[in-house]
Amino acid sequence: MATIAHGTHGTPEIAAEEVNYLNVEHGWKSWLLTTDHKRIAFLYLISITAMFFVGGAMAVLFRINLLEPEGIFSAETYNRLFSMHGIVMVFFFLVPSIPATLANFLIPIMVGAKDLAFPRVNLLSWYLYIFGAMFTLYAVIRGGVDTGWTFYAPYSSTYSNSYVLSAAMGVFIAGFSSILTGLNFIVTVHKMRAPGMTWGRLPLFVWANYATGLIQVLGTPVLAITILLLAFERVAHVGIFDPNIGGDPILFQHLFWFYSHPAVYIMILPGMGVISEIVACFSRKRVFGYNFVAFSSMGIAVLSFVVWGHHMFVTGEAMYTSVAFSFLSFMVAVPSAIKVFNWTATMYKGSVSFDTPMLYCFGFIGLFTIGGLTGLFLAALATDVATHGTYFIVAHFHYVMVGGMVMAFLGGLHFWWPKITGRLYPEAWAKFAALIIFIGFNLTFFPQFILGYLGMPRRYHAYPPEFQALNVLSTAGASILGIGYLIPMIYFAWSLKAGPKAGPNPWGATGLEWEIQSPPTTFNFDETPTVTKEAYDYGPLEEIVG
Amino acid sequence: MSTHHVPIPKVGTLVAVWAALIVLTGLTSAVSYLELGEWNIVVALLIALTKASLVAWVFMAVRHSTTLTRLFCVAGLAWLSILILLTYSDYHTRDWTYQAKPWSTNKAAGESR
Amino acid sequence: MDASMLGMWTFLITEVLFFGGMFAAYAVYRNMYPGAFASTSKFMDVILGGTNTAVLICSSLTMVLAVRAAQLSKRRDVMLFTVLTMIFGTAFLVIKAFEYHSKWVEHLIPGFDFQYDEPRYQHNAQILFFLYFCMTGMHAVHMIVGLGLLTYLLVQAKRNVFSANYFAPVEMIGLYWHFVDVVWIFLFPLLYLIGHRR
Repeated sequence: MATIAHGTHGTPEIAAEEVNYLNVEHGWKSWLLTTDHKRIAFLYLISITAMFFVGGAMAVLFRINLLEPEGIFSAETYNRLFSMHGIVMVFFFLVPSIPATLANFLIPIMVGAKDLAFPRVNLLSWYLYIFGAMFTLYAVIRGGVDTGWTFYAPYSSTYSNSYVLSAAMGVFIAGFSSILTGLNFIVTVHKMRAPGMTWGRLPLFVWANYATGLIQVLGTPVLAITILLLAFERVAHVGIFDPNIGGDPILFQHLFWFYSHPAVYIMILPGMGVISEIVACFSRKRVFGYNFVAFSSMGIAVLSFVVWGHHMFVTGEAMYTSVAFSFLSFMVAVPSAIKVFNWTATMYKGSVSFDTPMLYCFGFIGLFTIGGLTGLFLAALATDVATHGTYFIVAHFHYVMVGGMVMAFLGGLHFWWPKITGRLYPEAWAKFAALIIFIGFNLTFFPQFILGYLGMPRRYHAYPPEFQALNVLSTAGASILGIGYLIPMIYFAWSLKAGPKAGPNPWGATGLEWEIQSPPTTFNFDETPTVTKEAYDYGPLEEIVG
Repeated sequence: MSTHHVPIPKVGTLVAVWAALIVLTGLTSAVSYLELGEWNIVVALLIALTKASLVAWVFMAVRHSTTLTRLFCVAGLAWLSILILLTYSDYHTRDWTYQAKPWSTNKAAGESR
Repeated sequence: MDASMLGMWTFLITEVLFFGGMFAAYAVYRNMYPGAFASTSKFMDVILGGTNTAVLICSSLTMVLAVRAAQLSKRRDVMLFTVLTMIFGTAFLVIKAFEYHSKWVEHLIPGFDFQYDEPRYQHNAQILFFLYFCMTGMHAVHMIVGLGLLTYLLVQAKRNVFSANYFAPVEMIGLYWHFVDVVWIFLFPLLYLIGHRR
């Protein structure tokens, strides 16, 4: 069992350190050739954090450019900056983020298994991620890509002079990483549940990542073939998206968005899973409407595949098809809304505490709601015509991706940090950072809703002078946000060496992961658990108070 | 280790399916020489679907498989259909025009354009 | 059904969607340019294509017989049928290579000095040929990977690894091989049998 010892000067005494997955073996081979899902999750954590800073650096640069109405860099440079920002952030940070780190770590434990169904495939997926990242980083170093993260043909296939091929190849390879992760989760949840762990007893985090796995498996292959077709066209100087031979660039958009729309749900569903876990623990109450939340995850996964045309309302898609996609896009908002209502109902009459994970949870629920609602503005054809290609869209997706997903990621990281590392982070600094991030985020992106509404187009390095004030506010917000992100980096790193040691369950949460030591041993459980309780079996409130 | 009992197929069945596939291949080639207009593609796809179903049902042992396997097969085909049909619907409806009707036919009221 | 079989079925679903992108493109363009697409059939060798279809069907038979042999712990038969499947697979690739070569000689590879004898279809026919090479090319890549997997199977069979108690790898690779066959079952009529040859 864990021994928590504190020295008189605040430093932990060197008690008999129990064996866990971190200290069981040392040396680079034990890390680079590991099949332990927890170590692989750690490898991913380091990798995606590095890519987050690459993407973030681009953002810093182009937000500096946007301080001046005439821009500071050239249009060329600006185009490359935002394109690389998008590519790196979407494919190398957001898509892998929670699945490859938190879910990789937690899913086997949450279902009561020793590891994922295919541990070596898990390691392969990390190597594919790194291999893909190298291709894309090569493009970054050589000057980047200027097509936007959406790689629209025929610009990307025929006219762009930038490193389209290597950036696209990086995304192609990383796509396989994503597919393998999803495949692993699907098979694990079907086949590796411990005795008594029925589908109805699974933590909602598992449901969310299972649904994410379905999207990864069904959608990513279409991205793969689309990129390949683009690459062939670039190499052969002719192809099926080429108008010169009768090709239709909109077909590229159809194939691209068939994946990329579900991809945004790959990016948000795991975050929703985290929120379910956190809201239950810090309300000391089981999640209201468990079945509704679980089925909403599945509903989002299915519906996400029939709405992609809403990205193409103004690019030439047929009107009747657009009407159908618009209607379906309204439908897909319903399961997300159901979840928000259920989380709120969970907090109602719960015993709510304001630890850092819960702060991020509040941030998520508020900001995701705003982002989601503005998505409805965009799903409506008439308002989309006015706002497509403006900062309204940029603000919308940053509210869901950053205000939503990144907040959930940080919340989850804080919630499970004691379990993953066996250390506690400093709560006061964490709360402070959360506040800075919330303020910085809103200052960065709320002005962008207004800018978009006023008509400022996106992907332009320069803008009319009357928009300068709002742009300056946005850049100021971005610098605050950047500082906010740096603070957890620092204290998390510090905690690894000098943080107080954590017991198995510092939050008093339910779930199999909290019943084992912190950090866990390599095979998680001494013996396979038998599950008899429902998920979120928080006791009656009378027991907790006092 | 396989926990699901997979019955051992009879050689006769397998050879029969093989023969059917060969015959259907010949059939689809022969039919392509007939002038059936738009029905050529329909017949060709129906024959292809029959062949694919035989391969899946017998050779890939879907006939003996669990409900989960069949669900996965159906899901794969369903998603493929979504991709093809919904994409195609854009092209199919591109030249459907819509005639907006004026707000009012009462020109005396002076409202319509 | 154990985890590895579910894993393979899941993987096959990803392959359905992977090829599916190209089928979607095909569906769109065939409806846009029916004349151009039909005109390309006279350049497709139906005899070779049909033969290749038959070759793959034979390879599917030998593959399922290999799985059956593994279920019956018949090591020799597993090896025999695996080798036969590999021979059929290789024959397919050889015939394909021959077809590709003749396309090259006839200047029918888009982007590499493409020349078409019907001027009005000169542009749009390139779309069909582009799809032809992408779809059959991707299919051929999958065949080559399949041959690699069959080699692995052969080596394992030689070591007497498979028996009635353990034949999952044979089953899994069998599934993959049959799937590649199914893709070709659709490619053949869609690429070779569009129009009418005179």
